[in-house]
Amino acid sequence: MKQKLVVIGAGMASGRVLEHLRDRAPDQYDITLFNAEPRGNYNRIMLSPLLSGEKTYAEIVTHDDDWYADKAITCRFGEHVVGIDREAKTVTGQNGTVGYDKLLIATGSAPFIIPVPGKDLPGVISYRDLDDTNAMVEASAKGGKAVVIGGGLLGLEAAAGLALRGMEVTVLHLMGHLMERQLDEAAGYLLKKDLEKRGITVLTKAATKAILGEDHVEAVLLEDGTVLDADLVVMAVGIRPETRLANDAHLDVARGIEVNAQMMTSDPDVLAVGECVELDGQLFGLVAPLYDQAKVVAATLTGEEAAFVPKELSTKLKVTGCDLFSAGDFAEGEGREDVVFRDPSRGVYKRLVIEGNKLVGAVMYGDTADSNWFFGLIKDGTDIAEMRETLIFGPAYQGGGQADPLSAVAALPPEAEICGCNGICKSTIVNAIEGGATDLGAVKATTKASASCGTCTGLVEQLLQVTLGDGFEMPTAQPVCGCTDLSHEDVRRLIKSQELKSQEAVWQELGWKTVNGCHTCRPAVNFYLLADWPLDYTDDPQSRFVNERNHANIQKDGTYSVMPRMWGGMTTPQELVAIAQAAEKYGATVKVTGGQRIDLLGVKKEDLPAIWADLNAAGMVSGHAYTKGLRTVKTCVGSDWCRFGTQDSTGLGIKLEKRLWGSWTPHKVKLGVSGCPRNCAEATCKDIGIVCVDSGYQIGVGGAAGMDVKEVERLVDVPTEEEAIEWTVAFVQLYRENAKYLDRAYKWLAKVGLDWVQEVLADPAERAALVDRFDLSQSVYQTDPWAERARPEVAQSFQPLADFTLEAAE
Amino acid sequence: MTWTDIGAVTDVPLRGARLVKTHAGCIAVFRTAEDEVFAASNACPHKQGPLSEGIVHGQKVTCPLHNWVFDLNTGEAQGADEGRIAVYPVRIEAGRILLEISALQNRSAA
Repeated sequence: MKQKLVVIGAGMASGRVLEHLRDRAPDQYDITLFNAEPRGNYNRIMLSPLLSGEKTYAEIVTHDDDWYADKAITCRFGEHVVGIDREAKTVTGQNGTVGYDKLLIATGSAPFIIPVPGKDLPGVISYRDLDDTNAMVEASAKGGKAVVIGGGLLGLEAAAGLALRGMEVTVLHLMGHLMERQLDEAAGYLLKKDLEKRGITVLTKAATKAILGEDHVEAVLLEDGTVLDADLVVMAVGIRPETRLANDAHLDVARGIEVNAQMMTSDPDVLAVGECVELDGQLFGLVAPLYDQAKVVAATLTGEEAAFVPKELSTKLKVTGCDLFSAGDFAEGEGREDVVFRDPSRGVYKRLVIEGNKLVGAVMYGDTADSNWFFGLIKDGTDIAEMRETLIFGPAYQGGGQADPLSAVAALPPEAEICGCNGICKSTIVNAIEGGATDLGAVKATTKASASCGTCTGLVEQLLQVTLGDGFEMPTAQPVCGCTDLSHEDVRRLIKSQELKSQEAVWQELGWKTVNGCHTCRPAVNFYLLADWPLDYTDDPQSRFVNERNHANIQKDGTYSVMPRMWGGMTTPQELVAIAQAAEKYGATVKVTGGQRIDLLGVKKEDLPAIWADLNAAGMVSGHAYTKGLRTVKTCVGSDWCRFGTQDSTGLGIKLEKRLWGSWTPHKVKLGVSGCPRNCAEATCKDIGIVCVDSGYQIGVGGAAGMDVKEVERLVDVPTEEEAIEWTVAFVQLYRENAKYLDRAYKWLAKVGLDWVQEVLADPAERAALVDRFDLSQSVYQTDPWAERARPEVAQSFQPLADFTLEAAE
Repeated sequence: MTWTDIGAVTDVPLRGARLVKTHAGCIAVFRTAEDEVFAASNACPHKQGPLSEGIVHGQKVTCPLHNWVFDLNTGEAQGADEGRIAVYPVRIEAGRILLEISALQNRSAA
């Protein structure tokens, strides 16, 4: 007698089961197929080409009505299953009950809907099935703005499709880079860049707070207060296994329906397959493992032995023109080694992760031609010891036994392009070397190779080495750190000329050798970016030293010092009372500093937000005594009180401090303003020191009184206070834009020369432009960091994450 | 094994760290750019610098006081410096950080 098989869900996994089953044992089962969607099986992977208009529905149908009829499958499409009775062995649909001997649950997955207000508004759709896709196609016909929540595979495919259909698309992604599960930061950056080229706006670290609208979606509100207009919102933040029916039937369910390797659930007569299952804690979302499972289900149902074994998976994004690939495990780890290859001019990034003598992971962007070969090496666990040095160049370079990386360069054909920026091939460079260009500078001068972005410098040097042999000595340039061969000056120049506006962009375009820099380059790059692109770049606290991140000076015992600003060294009885009370309340030691301020030492990190709030309440702001930025402006009492004072030195000091405070600079900047040449404010050993004289103001720059003691050099004499301020601000901006990170002004001046600085600043238009750029930067950065961090929601981050010492002892 | 929920992954800044106080001393919980978490002693063996205030790069942290660099997998100091920080089992489950605290409890009981 024929057995009865009921299948719930007509997706790609169960579709494949039915094919195998009818092939293996055409007559073993009477089959009833339920599907909540009013149609049979179609290729869901092709929903993206359907959305973009590259395919039609007819093209993606895998099983049409004829197929089901031919295979004698009773179809109950468009009918929801309401319950499973395992005692009675029946399944009840909306239109009636049917009995089973074997049951296959293939309910797939459901989109995860983030629980924000407005999630149920019309115009908010998920991206899971044909109806969703059709709804998006329909909505896009009216044009307008779409916001896609979620920058994973599905979200990006939806965004690309909607953009192709003419909508203005913004992608919101919670994490720091796109597709963070499949890509690392560098590849995520390239992907973002490519999408932006297609007119898609990508906002990372964007948390959705609410979806706004009356009776249809109108806008999306982010946690940071940004409001984005939207006619359509696509929710593509992820999926979860659809387990409701299995749960109600009291099958074992964890995140998915738990199955064994034979795809049996906790009830041996009930099997499950596809995205709804969980095996050994693992879920399955890609089609390859689902097809493997389908084979096993068919075998189990026909009484044959088979076991499902999860395999390595790889991912490709189905967005035309975005070429990316990722496979295996590419997290860093103990004993793991990265091999990174970047070709900025072509937008190529490749990263291999090697453990022992095996390739365990690969991420590729821009050039995925060899991805299948790499994927094969990962899957097969091939021993790659022999080809390790040249592995990243792909299969074309294997087979010669090339242990020496130099021989890979030697093996390049004469027409191979070495310098992508200037289109210089190998033979041109070799000819130049043989013609007498025997160092990098000479090659640059004669061929222009490596004279633009500089990333091929290493290759050019290898060519020098190959061509000249022992006659060439590798130069010892002063790179920023081990992450790059470029000098600070090169990095600064390239950030400006190539308009690099994020750390990821710098790492990628300038060929960083590490994944995300180190403690040496990160603070420098962070400063260069915020100094050059104040409006585009967001300061990264995690790339700052502890003092600048916590806005206080860490002391040797791990406590902090707190120093409020005293404008020009002036204070009031009220401020002093507030400082005294704060010192008492938080147990601080009180020290008067050389910069005419009061330092409160020994404050615990947990107490920082509270002491800041107290000082804020008395009208005081951070003194930035911990920054590479504007520190103090030391003044004397000047013409207000002193019988020798020639000008209002205190007033000028206060004006300068109010203009300059909050700005970030390559190193600390201290000012002094003295009211007469007796120089009581010791202005002539400051980074900028102004000495007032009867005829006006003498501005000196490049003084210091630290490890080196330097007297300022005279920049200019000006007659009015207004001009003194203008010149000072312009000088600070010139220093911000040009100096190497951690060079005090005097060190920078020694490199560029005072003459050059005077020449630049002597031009009134140039001076005005520098002042404008400084003020623009101040529009972003002149805020009190204490006030921001004293807010309760931020202050929380100064507390320990957890405190087990508070629990009662057992 | 005693896995204890100490907070959400997102409570720790990307490429950053937070502090956990225990009877056996302070522990730093790190989160890398790749969203991995690590737990290690907060005190640098050199001059007890607070490692939770260091710059996190790759799977390493740099001590804020004198730039010692530690591998967060092994706790070994990198480069020319010699020393090691204790590392503790930690994992992520459903967006929460779970720390294995039995080693810490034992020490406090002893």
